[in-house]
Amino acid sequence: MRVDEIKNGIVIDHIKVGKAMKIYDMLELDGSDCTVAILKNVPSKKMGKKDIIKIDGNFNVDYDMLGFLSPCITVDIIKNGVLSEKKHMELPDTLANILKCKNPRCITSIEHGIPHIFKLVDRENGVYRCLYCETSAK
Amino acid sequence: MQNLINILDLSCEEISELITVADDIIDNPENYYEKCAHKKLATLFYEPSTRTRLSFEAAMLELGGSVLGFSEASSSSVSKGESVGDTVKTVSAYADIIAMRHPKEGAPLVASQRADIPIINAGDGGHNHPTQTLTDLLTIHREKGTFENLTIGLCGDLKFGRTVHSLIAAMSRYSGIKFILISPEELKIPSFVKEDYFGYTPYEETTSLDEALPNLDILYMTRVQKERFFNEEDYLRLKDSYILTPGKLENAKSDLSIMHPLPRVNEISVDIDDDPRAAYFRQAKYGKYIRMALIMKLLNIH
Repeated sequence: MRVDEIKNGIVIDHIKVGKAMKIYDMLELDGSDCTVAILKNVPSKKMGKKDIIKIDGNFNVDYDMLGFLSPCITVDIIKNGVLSEKKHMELPDTLANILKCKNPRCITSIEHGIPHIFKLVDRENGVYRCLYCETSAK
Repeated sequence: MQNLINILDLSCEEISELITVADDIIDNPENYYEKCAHKKLATLFYEPSTRTRLSFEAAMLELGGSVLGFSEASSSSVSKGESVGDTVKTVSAYADIIAMRHPKEGAPLVASQRADIPIINAGDGGHNHPTQTLTDLLTIHREKGTFENLTIGLCGDLKFGRTVHSLIAAMSRYSGIKFILISPEELKIPSFVKEDYFGYTPYEETTSLDEALPNLDILYMTRVQKERFFNEEDYLRLKDSYILTPGKLENAKSDLSIMHPLPRVNEISVDIDDDPRAAYFRQAKYGKYIRMALIMKLLNIH
């Protein structure tokens, strides 16, 4: 199977198998007019099988969200048909408007117009807590 | 501009400075009568808490300042649907400092992001209540003269008791502190509190107040609330074991300090009130002095 090489754009690689569509949705790629290829079940030395998303064109990726969804993802930035940068994702220190606090006693449950912010408190175990009520995100 | 949202917003040095000022206020109250003249404290209490509100108001009045505000949400613009952010933005135009009590966790932090004047968290749901912790710290200082080398017993509802969690957070920063956590199985301290604060601080857990008492320098009592139990039977079985009576105190140290954030229901027998070891009414008084010191600090008044 062959998918055309991209000229200028990005390749979101090493996506956990089966998660490409979720990332497509979270990045709101359905609203983009870039050419997008979603590759599923691609053989991988490192992961056995993986998913890949190729985006041809100018698209601003939310790296915090990618890092949060799957820290093993790598992002290749392609310029003029060549790899210009390889980014390794990591868990971001802060998540803004990616998670919503589930604590019904949290101020975010009633106060509109404030950002939902979570802070990374334990990188090893990937634990985030709500900035406002300090409840851990599940 | 500084706010007080969480007790850990204050370093040990800042707490020490506040305590030094509070000590001086107690010794020389007349030097502070005019410190906050023409300044206004707004008490924004979205849920009633007469004790805390009066303590803040007494503190500001004793500094020569004035107070304004509301004591429940129904008598404010909140009942018309105004956001916390808009309310404090408006109040910033009328007052110099805000003390906020709110049933929702994190509301004072939201307020501090919008207000133009300092915010003091006067209790946000079951989350934080830093001026109670400052009160507890001043009490420990006045009773013991130190924050080091103390064995502190925490008794009662350690699961939901925010005053207990904050006191652990604050005291675990000092050396030589040991905690003895006395509670029924159902109300043991949550694991997140242990993970956060007991890295270097030794602690023991027990269900027996009688066994723990002889070792304690401080006994911090809290209320065991009936509604926390799944069934009446468990409550009836447990409630009496966490009531402090003169008989239980026989084996305690002669210089024990008994503290309680108040209000109490029946967990400390009134027969103990006249015992010199009963510190809880002195503790209430210290609450006013430490709030005076805090208001001055946040208003940058020396």
